[in-house]
Amino acid sequence: MKWIPLWMHRLSSPPTFYRFATVMRPWFMALAVILTAVGLYGGLVTAPADYQQGDAFRIIYIHVPSAEMSLFVYGVMAAAGFIAVVWRLKLAESVAMQSAPIGAAFTFITLVTGSLWGYPTWGTWWTWDARLTSELVLLFLYLGVIGLYHAFEDRRQGARAASFLVLVGVINLPIVHYSVKWWNTLHQGTTVRLFGASKIEGDMLWPLLVMMGAVHLYWAASLCGRVRTDLLSLESGKQWVRDLAQREGR
Amino acid sequence: MDAFLHMGGYAAYVWPAYAVFFLVLLIDFLAPNLRRRRLLRELHARMQRQKARDARKAARRTPSDPHDPTSTPLDS
Repeated sequence: MKWIPLWMHRLSSPPTFYRFATVMRPWFMALAVILTAVGLYGGLVTAPADYQQGDAFRIIYIHVPSAEMSLFVYGVMAAAGFIAVVWRLKLAESVAMQSAPIGAAFTFITLVTGSLWGYPTWGTWWTWDARLTSELVLLFLYLGVIGLYHAFEDRRQGARAASFLVLVGVINLPIVHYSVKWWNTLHQGTTVRLFGASKIEGDMLWPLLVMMGAVHLYWAASLCGRVRTDLLSLESGKQWVRDLAQREGR
Repeated sequence: MDAFLHMGGYAAYVWPAYAVFFLVLLIDFLAPNLRRRRLLRELHARMQRQKARDARKAARRTPSDPHDPTSTPLDS
């Protein structure tokens, strides 16, 4: 199994990753679009209305995948941040810092769609309960990471400083996830379970799972695009970037 | 179709939620594309300017008459 570390080592070189990201991004995106079309057809057309929430429950097909991504992206950002702090790998710094805007986008979507779902079902746009507040803290963490990164003149130094903040903020992840269990919240409990039976009918469940797959693929495409652009600006003095500018910069 | 758009009376909540989802992700997806184009264009322009500067410098360095004692290699 020696090829795995070898492959990782090769991929961590910026020009190699640039080529990899350029080839993979359209495929990730195309698959994400196809899965979204299938998932939303299932979620908006074939799934029956909820017996309590009527058609308002259909927001679940974007709210839950986005919420899951807001935590998943942070996990990836923390893993990359750890590698950046310990081994100072340029690609890891880039992945960590470019994850932040994607995570912030998903967290923002989660909060807004949650609000639009909360008003007709709870009668309020916002409440300071544990789930909502910890998710808002997650958004501030993402914005803090972006801000700290840009506060440094030297970008690599900024990336490492912001990576520390990322690692400190990991404490918020279990709080967001278990908040509906640890405290009495207005937010409903977990619908989809990895272990054990989900609390949702099959007709309603499969579109949700398809949408979860779609957002993961979208995330892969978005990260490829962001890291690829970031590597160009980080390595703008290098020969491979100059060659690229010569070909594509007209 | 009307019933579908009506969303059982929840259209005012369901459709804006979907609009936000697609709009935010579309911006997130396109922003690095635009930034990449701009970066490559700026770098290309900088390289062109550098090339022009180097060419001018090389032209100046060539003395008009190598045996003329008053001519200096750089007549600036």
